[in-house]
Amino acid sequence: MARDTAPRAKNGYRHQYAIFAFMVALFLVLPYVIYPVFLMQALCFALFACAFNLLIGYTGLVSFGHAMFLGAAGYISAHAAKVWGLPPELAILAGTAASAALGLVVGLLAIRRQGIYFAMITLALAQMIFFFSLQAKFTGGEDGIQSVPRGVMFGILNLQDMMTMYFVVLAIFLAGFLLICRVIHSPFGQVLKAIRENEPRAISLGYNVHQYKLIAFVLSAALSGLAGGTKAIVFQLASLTDVHWTMSGEVVLMTLLGGMGTLFGPVVGAFIVIAMQNYLAQLGSWVTIAQGVVFVICVLAFRRGIVGELGRFLKKPL
Amino acid sequence: MRGVKSVKALGLAAAVALAAGTAQAQVSDGVIKIGVLTDMSSLYTDLAGAGSVVAAKMAVEDFGAAAKGMKVEIVSADHQNKPDVGSAIARQWYDADKVDVIVDVPNSGVALAVNEVTREKNKVFLVSGAASSALTGDKCSPNTIHWTYDTWALANGTGRAIVKTGGDTWFFITADYAFGHQLEADTSAVVKEMGGKVLGAVRAPLNTPDFSSFLLQAQASKAKIVGLANAGGDTVNSIKQASEFGIVKGGQNLAGLLVFLTDVHSLGLPVAQGLIFTEAWYWDMNDANRAFAAKFAPQDKGIHPTMIHAGVYSAVTHYLKAIEQAKNDTDGKAVVAKMKSMPTDDKLFGKGTIRADGRHIHDMYLFEVKKPDESKKPWDYYKLRATIPAAEAFRPVDKGNCPLTKS
Amino acid sequence: MFELLGISPQALFGQLLIGLINGAFYAMLSLGLAVIFGLLNIINFCHGALYMMGAFVAYLALQHLGLGYWPSLIVAPVVVGAFGMMLERTMLRHLYKLDHIYGLLLTFGLALVIEGVFRNEFGASGLPYGIPPTLSGGQNLGFMFLPNYRAWVIVASLGVCLATWYVIERTKLGAYLRAATENPTLVQAFGINVPRMITLTYGLGVALAALAGVLAAPIYQVSPLMGSNLIIVVFAVVVIGGMGSILGSIVTGFTLGVVEGLTKVFYPEASSTVIFIIMAIVLLIRPTGLFGRAH
Repeated sequence: MARDTAPRAKNGYRHQYAIFAFMVALFLVLPYVIYPVFLMQALCFALFACAFNLLIGYTGLVSFGHAMFLGAAGYISAHAAKVWGLPPELAILAGTAASAALGLVVGLLAIRRQGIYFAMITLALAQMIFFFSLQAKFTGGEDGIQSVPRGVMFGILNLQDMMTMYFVVLAIFLAGFLLICRVIHSPFGQVLKAIRENEPRAISLGYNVHQYKLIAFVLSAALSGLAGGTKAIVFQLASLTDVHWTMSGEVVLMTLLGGMGTLFGPVVGAFIVIAMQNYLAQLGSWVTIAQGVVFVICVLAFRRGIVGELGRFLKKPL
Repeated sequence: MRGVKSVKALGLAAAVALAAGTAQAQVSDGVIKIGVLTDMSSLYTDLAGAGSVVAAKMAVEDFGAAAKGMKVEIVSADHQNKPDVGSAIARQWYDADKVDVIVDVPNSGVALAVNEVTREKNKVFLVSGAASSALTGDKCSPNTIHWTYDTWALANGTGRAIVKTGGDTWFFITADYAFGHQLEADTSAVVKEMGGKVLGAVRAPLNTPDFSSFLLQAQASKAKIVGLANAGGDTVNSIKQASEFGIVKGGQNLAGLLVFLTDVHSLGLPVAQGLIFTEAWYWDMNDANRAFAAKFAPQDKGIHPTMIHAGVYSAVTHYLKAIEQAKNDTDGKAVVAKMKSMPTDDKLFGKGTIRADGRHIHDMYLFEVKKPDESKKPWDYYKLRATIPAAEAFRPVDKGNCPLTKS
Repeated sequence: MFELLGISPQALFGQLLIGLINGAFYAMLSLGLAVIFGLLNIINFCHGALYMMGAFVAYLALQHLGLGYWPSLIVAPVVVGAFGMMLERTMLRHLYKLDHIYGLLLTFGLALVIEGVFRNEFGASGLPYGIPPTLSGGQNLGFMFLPNYRAWVIVASLGVCLATWYVIERTKLGAYLRAATENPTLVQAFGINVPRMITLTYGLGVALAALAGVLAAPIYQVSPLMGSNLIIVVFAVVVIGGMGSILGSIVTGFTLGVVEGLTKVFYPEASSTVIFIIMAIVLLIRPTGLFGRAH
């Protein structure tokens, strides 16, 4: 089966290379036009949303507690860089590994149920992590971990320099993005999609569905952790915001708005949501209301999201 | 890879050019830009929020900046209580929008983040809303002044005054995170120093809706004073339920360690009466304050100014005075040094000084909430129990562990 | 450790009672969620926001119409229930054919909007709402001081829970309802207006939330944030009890209130997480929840 579809898939996805190239080019130019800190923030969230999309869009698992992976990794990375004095690359790796481990534990519990049960279990477990982060000593409670040193990456890249930092973030984002692409287009990814479409059938075909789901979950957690760790280094802080359940809601919004199950959708969604938060900050509480309205409109009127609708219009998967 | 490298080199060059450009622009740009960074959507909206913007505007007007030929602009933003959002806005304000000074910032997490960004960019940060005494302790910065209050001052003021008047046995209901622990520790230290005793403490998780279980434990302890080492909704809920369970009627007294005028307003006098706590400013204390409140309230949905609003007004006024004398707003450290060298004096906080560690020193006040029949007009909530003189109100400079005071 | 040894049986009894009162709120909220889920298959994420609305309607009725606590017990559920039915008619209705998750997402968005609007209008620090004079004061039970109002909360919520259970499990209307849950097409064929029944059920579930809100108004702060702090715990309660089980959600609600109450005495630091820990354990042993049917 895989041999049959593979060549066709390759042709069918050729335009994605073009879009990818365009995206890379855009990100290389943008920091000279737009304020780079904003871009870095958006890139971190874009990676987070892409990781989340791997579950919701390609495996059909809706996690409502993904903030725990973003936040936990942020804390571990910040702690590693500040207290243990690790260089940034190792600090980010430590955060990623911690999130992967957390993902394994949470995944083992959560994949026992499907659909909304899965959503609620992840939500409840994330709430547990939130309270842990609030009470634990090393996280600094509501103050968070502050003034985390950015340090020097690989001994040569001084991250104090804004542009260097930007390109490092971009490289991390692209690496994560390409990994997700690779996974989606691999036979493993095909099985995930089969599970999303029809789980009983996937089981009857002899796939160990639980194992596939678990691997996807851990992968998604690890990549969310990568985003969280990077974010902690960029902003030089780790705080409760990233483990709070509203963050879990925001990443759903980003993915939904951009387009679930599309490759580029989460990136678009993340940029729009972060732009809303940054440029509408003057409006105060209207930002939350606007987010809620966008949510409602997306669910009611265009469930495919921006990129999804565009893809349908162009008749090409994006 | 080579492509990326050359682009990066280009980027560096551009960044350098850009930095040079903005530096030049700041020297020549004659505008003083004040950024009010506050909470416009959540917990602290009422006690800071839009009111802080109003206070800043009133300070600029009263200073008569326009008549003196100073061009002052005010921008504002909502940090949503998220340190990363707050620090991103601060960076953008400093880097791209030519903001010279950030004021207010309720929420210690965000304030500590902005503190670091301000230090890095060499601008000015005037804190009114945040409570953490770390801002003038081990996190102190030559670019920051902590204006209105801090956790140490509240714990000290309330603890000292209550023990003096006979409340010598305490039980704490503490919000279970760093902030609550700090308040509890600071207050316990004062209580013990004054010869009082701490009979026990219970750690309540943040945002617990129901405090009755903890209140029963406080009741069982037979302590004279139940200290509430929490904030916001937690404080309001615990006070409300203490009244329900007859804690005060049973002979115990409540001491709020962080209570604002807006909290009392939301509780209502029947529930809040008798509560004792420390604040830096109250609108009904003298004519100048009342005049300020009369002008302020209509501009902020009828909310009367809290000490945080007054602090924003006072801090902005002093900042403008310093700029007027220094005639330069580009070097944040120099501006703050100038501010520290001048005595402060404005119609709301009166005369005061700023210490080397960035702590603004002024009197603090111990208030008690009035009984419903003592209240004669809207927002008439407090009666003054004691004035804590400026010299005793704040943490001694040598106990703060601030690196600035060691050289 | 001192608390463990130091607590007297009387004090313990007092704490159990307190726990039961908190359980009453969990029970009423999870009951509403269970009713809605049973028929609509929707996880009503805005349940917390509607609970908050109930409290606010009571507050506004008092401020602007002079309606006291007792009328509010009827008015608020009716008003909020009608609002809920409007939501169902205009929005939720379009999602029934889709994956259940869209219902969760939609109601999440609605919760953001409702909370945002109230926060914008009333600020975040909350508003005062007093205990009705007839229920102020309390009884000294010897082992503790029990405020009359708390006693009323426990009686009222038990009554409401049992009434709801009776209507659904023991009356003809309830039989239609349950039948429609199993097979809507067939029930429709028997001439019963299923869409209208769905609307009414959603209204009922929402009204339960609003009623809980009114009951809560005199003890908790009437604030736009009051619902979001509670709702996630209630979700965990629902998962533990088993989704869609009416009796299950009532029993679990009260039990978990007691468990949480005991935690507040012996290890208060864990009182916010204990329910989630129980949830994890239940999921390991009985993935469908304590009272749930296998789907």
